Amino acid sequence: MKLPFPKTWQALLLVSAALFMLQSCKPKGAQSAVGGDAASKTYVPPGKYDELYNFVSGGFSGQLSVYGIPSGRLFRVIPVFSVDPEKGYGFSEETKPMLNTSHGFVPWDDAHHPELSQTNGEIDGRWIFINGNNTPRIARIDLRTFRTAEIIEIPNSAGNHSSAFVTPSTEYVVAGCRFSIPMDNMNGDVPISTYKQNFKGTVSFIKVDSITGNLKLAFQILTPGVNFDLSHAGKGPSNGWFFFSCYNSEQANTLLEVNASQRDKDFIMAVNWKKAEEYLQQGKGKKQAVRYAHNIYNEKSHTAISNIETETTILDYKELKDLIYLIPCPKSPHGCDVDPTGEYIVGSGKLAALMPVFSFAKIQQAIADKNYDGDYEGIPVIKYEAALHGEVQKPGLGPLHTEFDNNGNAYTSMFVSSEIVKWNVKSLQVLDRVPTYYSIGHLCVPGGDSRKPYGKYVIAYNKITKDRFLPTGPELTQSAQLYDISGDKMKLILDFPTIGEPHYAQACPAALITKNSVKFYKIEENENAFVSKGDKETKVVRNGKRVDVYMTAIRSHFTPDNIEGIKMGDEVYFHVTNMEQDWDVPHGFAIKGANNAELLIMPGETQTLKWIPEKTGMYPMYCTDFCSALHQEMQGYIRVSPAGSNVPIYFGTGQTANPSEAAKTE
Amino acid sequence: MKKIKQFIPVIFLSLLSICCNNATESGPSNTNQDLSQTGGGQDNVQDNESQKDIVKIAIGSKDHSTLVAALKQADYVDDLTNAGPFTVFAPTNAAFEKLPAGTVESLMKNEKKSDLQNLLEYHVSIGVFKEDMLQDGQTIGQANSEKIFIKKTPDGKIKINGTANIIAAIPASNGLIYVIDEVLLPPVKN
Repeated sequence: MKLPFPKTWQALLLVSAALFMLQSCKPKGAQSAVGGDAASKTYVPPGKYDELYNFVSGGFSGQLSVYGIPSGRLFRVIPVFSVDPEKGYGFSEETKPMLNTSHGFVPWDDAHHPELSQTNGEIDGRWIFINGNNTPRIARIDLRTFRTAEIIEIPNSAGNHSSAFVTPSTEYVVAGCRFSIPMDNMNGDVPISTYKQNFKGTVSFIKVDSITGNLKLAFQILTPGVNFDLSHAGKGPSNGWFFFSCYNSEQANTLLEVNASQRDKDFIMAVNWKKAEEYLQQGKGKKQAVRYAHNIYNEKSHTAISNIETETTILDYKELKDLIYLIPCPKSPHGCDVDPTGEYIVGSGKLAALMPVFSFAKIQQAIADKNYDGDYEGIPVIKYEAALHGEVQKPGLGPLHTEFDNNGNAYTSMFVSSEIVKWNVKSLQVLDRVPTYYSIGHLCVPGGDSRKPYGKYVIAYNKITKDRFLPTGPELTQSAQLYDISGDKMKLILDFPTIGEPHYAQACPAALITKNSVKFYKIEENENAFVSKGDKETKVVRNGKRVDVYMTAIRSHFTPDNIEGIKMGDEVYFHVTNMEQDWDVPHGFAIKGANNAELLIMPGETQTLKWIPEKTGMYPMYCTDFCSALHQEMQGYIRVSPAGSNVPIYFGTGQTANPSEAAKTE
Repeated sequence: MKKIKQFIPVIFLSLLSICCNNATESGPSNTNQDLSQTGGGQDNVQDNESQKDIVKIAIGSKDHSTLVAALKQADYVDDLTNAGPFTVFAPTNAAFEKLPAGTVESLMKNEKKSDLQNLLEYHVSIGVFKEDMLQDGQTIGQANSEKIFIKKTPDGKIKINGTANIIAAIPASNGLIYVIDEVLLPPVKN
């Protein structure tokens, strides 16, 4: 073939065309993707506070981490479902009951979706809820103290995944199960192949006390044996409804990778929870005997109490009309997200090439008109087109989760194509797309699932970070990436590493939380059964084999710091009260060879370490949290004598001679 | 024309500085300025809930304005806000007035700052020495490495360095204040 150019020209043209193509097709490298002003946008000068708090799930760490935005600085890891030796959580006698379940003490979980409490659809900064996925639990964390205040186990559930999302005024926090299972009150010892007869799902509504925040399992709706993935509450016009995405409408029980991807459409389940409340009031719920733990941390006694609850109330959709409806949604939907107006519900089908946006008004019309496409095990299935506002065409590959800004735009994470796609909710037009590094899961716009998004940023939570950070062996950190969305185009401005696996996250203006922050616990309000409110109340009390040591800690000594008369076979409880009434002055307490952990005692708090000495001898103990100039001096000794020894109980601080011993040697 | 050319770099530089100013202003817009302090020491921490530290107690006492002024002049306000633990022997205003005329004024001069610091350090022990721990004949090493001497009379009254009386003992979050009626004078070095 002859071209009308000299050969060198042809070559040049080809090379430049190739270069051009390379430039446009190759994912942009980190350097080219970051704007020149990124540093100033994320720079928080030393001594300045961040603009926002960012609460990020710790995934399989079981915890909740707290970062500052825009700096990406990590402030705290709040222990929730997993023990934390650093803070004594799950190791002190006071906190052990927090991790009690109907399966006994479960020191770990897989924490997925944190959700801040809301009032009238706006974030109120009071509490944050998070789900334990594995042993189904919901936790409430008090944002005055950044501590886990309550954990409730969910009966009739497995894989508590489509949780812990709240209704607009935090009337309820909901929990939906990812695994369908035989219900707790029946014999689960059945062939797995009987899935379709014996396995059911549930979505649970847990009432939140508007003053105390205390949780109470209000009702559970029994559903067909599908898998619930995510959920979000209606708001505004759709207040009173809750939307759950579900997959595996095939009801497969093996190789779901293939078998749960057969149908073109799975469902979004719409729950009329106001209707459920009516049925409950009318006594239409069925009481069912179950067992689940309910653990509450009392801030006055600094002690958690675990109770086993024995009853749940079931609402059965087969008997109760107008309770739930199904809306077809393409291909195994994950995200199920309601826009700030409450009118639009976005389904993100992981395997779909488009994203449907449903209209609440149309859903209501379709229900009124009974515009159904048959039913699914007795649940009306609304006609897809009747519920549809429209579809976002070719948004990207693997849409997972959507949040919203304050300008009518949506941001959807695309796992497979590793990008965030910005689109307009009304026009459904794609406006912008940016790469993430790599394999984004959830994303977070501050306030982005509330009625009033704060906007300004979108934060991507990535599953894979190959080559983004200094390598640390086979496992690399997972990451968050911060994008400025204040302009038309999204701009990457920061990468920061995260703990565990960041699933969902929430963010809100810092002032919503800082104004309520507790600086210390008031010693006069300490109701711990073993408190010592001053050195004069310290003592060592023997009761058979049990020895209770009532101790105080204050800069810079323990009282007592010399203890004798402990014998082999004793069970010793050190009840340490931190007498400080000063912000940010915890004391630690550690004993050589202790088999559990240290204590970390907040100012004004009492915590207890149980200790069973394993051999006679001398056991040093000391403060582990650098408290003062004489922290290193904050130490003492515990003498352990043989069983049957006549060494008397002795304790003190500051006495240079032990009177009883001196008397004995004379 | 020549003049204009000379001005170009100046105009450019001033433009640049305007841009730079804008850039520095845009940084703090990400932060909650009213929520946090910057540049100051621990004494700038906003906290009206915790038990008062030694400095806050001294500032709140009308009998200790001379001591507070001296701590400020010596740059020791921040140090005594630290975690401690300290025992501070805090002379009253009347105690300072017992010193020869002009002594305090002289110590408050910038060129006497190290003398003032030495004097104040002589009033600070590291550690909390409660009254029942003070024994007759005891010596305590002070922050300036000199010692004070404790005298305890049979009826339990304590004198520091033979003459200073303890008027009150006030617990603070970061230690203990003994209000005393005389300024403690460090031993004169030969």
